Amino acid sequence: MDQPKENTRSVADLKIGEKAVIRSFRDQWMSLKLLEMGCLPGTEVSLHCKAPLGDPICLNVSGYCLSMRKVEAATILVD
Amino acid sequence: MGNPNSGKSSLFNQLTGLRQKVGNFPGVTVDKKSGTAFLNETTEVVVVDLPGVYSIYPKSLDEQVVTDILANPDHPDYPDVAIVVVDASNLNRNLLLFSQIQDLGVPVIMALNMLDIARQQQVEINAVRLSMQLGVPVVKINARVGEGLDRLKKAVEQQLSEPVVADKLFFDPALAGASAGLDMKGLISDVRENYRLDNNYVALQYLIQHDGFTFLDQPQRVRLDGLIDKYGFNELDFQTKETIGRYQRIGEVAREAVTNNRPLDQPTWSQRIDRILLHPFWGYAIFLTILLLIFQAIFAWAQPFVDGIDEGVTWINNTLHERLPEGPLTDLLTDGILAGIGGVVVFIPQIAFLFFLISLLEESGYMSRVMVLMDRIMRQFGLNGRSVVPLISGVACAVPAIMATRSIGSWRERLITILVTPLMSCSARLPIYTILIALVVPEKTILGFLNMQGLVMMALYLLGLAAALVAAYVFKKLVKARDKGLFIMELPTYKWPRWNHVGITVWDSVKSFVWQAGRVIVAISIVLWVLASYGPGDDMEQAENRVRHQSANIPTEQIENRVASERLEASYAGRFGKILEPAIKPLGYDWKIGIALISSFAAREVFVGTIATIYSIGSADGEDDSTVREKLATEVNPETGGPMYTPAVAFSLLVFYVFAMMCMSTIATVYRETKGWKWPLIQLGYMSVLAYVSAFLVYQLMK
Repeated sequence: MDQPKENTRSVADLKIGEKAVIRSFRDQWMSLKLLEMGCLPGTEVSLHCKAPLGDPICLNVSGYCLSMRKVEAATILVD
Repeated sequence: MGNPNSGKSSLFNQLTGLRQKVGNFPGVTVDKKSGTAFLNETTEVVVVDLPGVYSIYPKSLDEQVVTDILANPDHPDYPDVAIVVVDASNLNRNLLLFSQIQDLGVPVIMALNMLDIARQQQVEINAVRLSMQLGVPVVKINARVGEGLDRLKKAVEQQLSEPVVADKLFFDPALAGASAGLDMKGLISDVRENYRLDNNYVALQYLIQHDGFTFLDQPQRVRLDGLIDKYGFNELDFQTKETIGRYQRIGEVAREAVTNNRPLDQPTWSQRIDRILLHPFWGYAIFLTILLLIFQAIFAWAQPFVDGIDEGVTWINNTLHERLPEGPLTDLLTDGILAGIGGVVVFIPQIAFLFFLISLLEESGYMSRVMVLMDRIMRQFGLNGRSVVPLISGVACAVPAIMATRSIGSWRERLITILVTPLMSCSARLPIYTILIALVVPEKTILGFLNMQGLVMMALYLLGLAAALVAAYVFKKLVKARDKGLFIMELPTYKWPRWNHVGITVWDSVKSFVWQAGRVIVAISIVLWVLASYGPGDDMEQAENRVRHQSANIPTEQIENRVASERLEASYAGRFGKILEPAIKPLGYDWKIGIALISSFAAREVFVGTIATIYSIGSADGEDDSTVREKLATEVNPETGGPMYTPAVAFSLLVFYVFAMMCMSTIATVYRETKGWKWPLIQLGYMSVLAYVSAFLVYQLMK
């Protein structure tokens, strides 16, 4: 993906079916929950589906489905 | 214990069968399920089912319990052996919690579940290697069908007689701080000395979680804060470190014990279903259709059962009247107690249907999709996608619904959910709706399959929902609080419902409805019968003589009816109703309805029973050859000469009951959950005003 601000791309910017590798988190408090749920730096995730209004979204993380709001997804930075 | 959806409850049901009871954890009001199981012929053990969690760091109230118990060996529920259920199809994430529990020093057994699902995904797990890597017993089970229970019981026996505990911590906090320039070793040993702990990981929990630990007192907490300052300990940083550290080791363990041949991109069938159920258009269409079906089921399909029970009660009442000698005792039994009980049992079919359908939605995994569907909409109203569950279960009963709000992490979203949930029409309102709708709405079928009465019923439920959303919106503007709401949650795979679970849920809810609501209703019915049968001084006799004197020329049957109703008016209950009448006249109610309103203040389900009692006492000789509905239909308004229950009165009553907070148990629950009288009183106030004003408007507009 050739985006001008590649370093701020987050999971919230993914398209359905697109894959990305988690790099870091923007919000430490929220990252604790995400880490526990298996969203570790270096893990590959893919956007599985979006709720009807585009928010919340569902991610595929190591074989299971994790849903979160878009603002929460925006704290997960990807490569 | 274990992750949510790992099969804990299945295993619990397999172990205990029907020998379970629901209680509260001491100190906190989270539902605790416990039951007994036989390990062998001679040993019986108590099994406790804890709420599902992802880690021992709680993110919401219901998760707090697990840590509270495990970090405190003096807790009455502290386990001798902890069985941790692990979902093999999601091994790494489940091992996180497992490794934390193991490190707390409890003798553990891993119950490795859902191996069949893992195998379908081409993941093979070597339980022996896993056991060797972790240094704890691992037992393969299949909780759905009950495989491996014997092996599990053997393992429990062994852990009880000679506990095997891993000799090293999976993650040792004392060894982890070195790199960060933090003297964790010193800090941990300080905590251990101060609190006489023999486990490094428990010491860490004291440091991180002491504010949530109910077993620590204020000075103890302050001292921990002092230690944290002294060493410059940062809780968030350290937790991050711990989680990453654990996952690293879990990765190593998994490499040894797991053969993973899962093709990376193959969508599972759950994901394919999601494409449809979360579709922008079809998602909502399907959700609405399901709701519509539920209401059809409650009203139309349950009706034959309801009619059958209604006639049965009437028959028993008549038979008793014929067989037993006449007298106050017989009257008390038939007009008082039996009329009250009849008002309760009639609604068992509808309540059973309701709980059956709701538990189907939960069992299948659809409920969490509904949360995702609704989160965006709910947020507009200051609620959370998770608020959907309390709101939907509020249709059954507000008490468990309000307790279910504990899973909402944000206090503000949780409070708003609590405040508006009682506006959802609970099953106790169902009897009132049923009777009044049947009275004034014709039984017609439209579009070939929709029952007109069912539609009105659904409209009432939607009215409650709409009111709940509007009220939530208002509270969103009023309640200011800054805290972050999280909506990070797992969507479980779709599963075929476990019929024994559904059965247990239905059985439990019907049982508690009959016992809890039933006792109140019967008690109030008896009190009411006494109040309605006796009056101050000889007022009642005077009233009777007056009637007999005035109306000598009309048929006896009518005289008897007039006598009965005049006597009721002169009784204690009649006096109360009369006092209330000016206040409720604008809503279209007379003093008889007033009596029912007062008596249903404690619990709204009493209304129908009260009406039944009042009208059986107030009619000729108490000879009951008609059902409650027929009695209401023939009730005459003395002022107009027409039927008392005109559509205006009936709808005014319906709207009143949609909004009114007439339920002591709910008020008590809100008090408990919000820890004070402020919110329950606000709730009672706004709902009462809403009920009165709306009922007033409805009556005045329809009159």
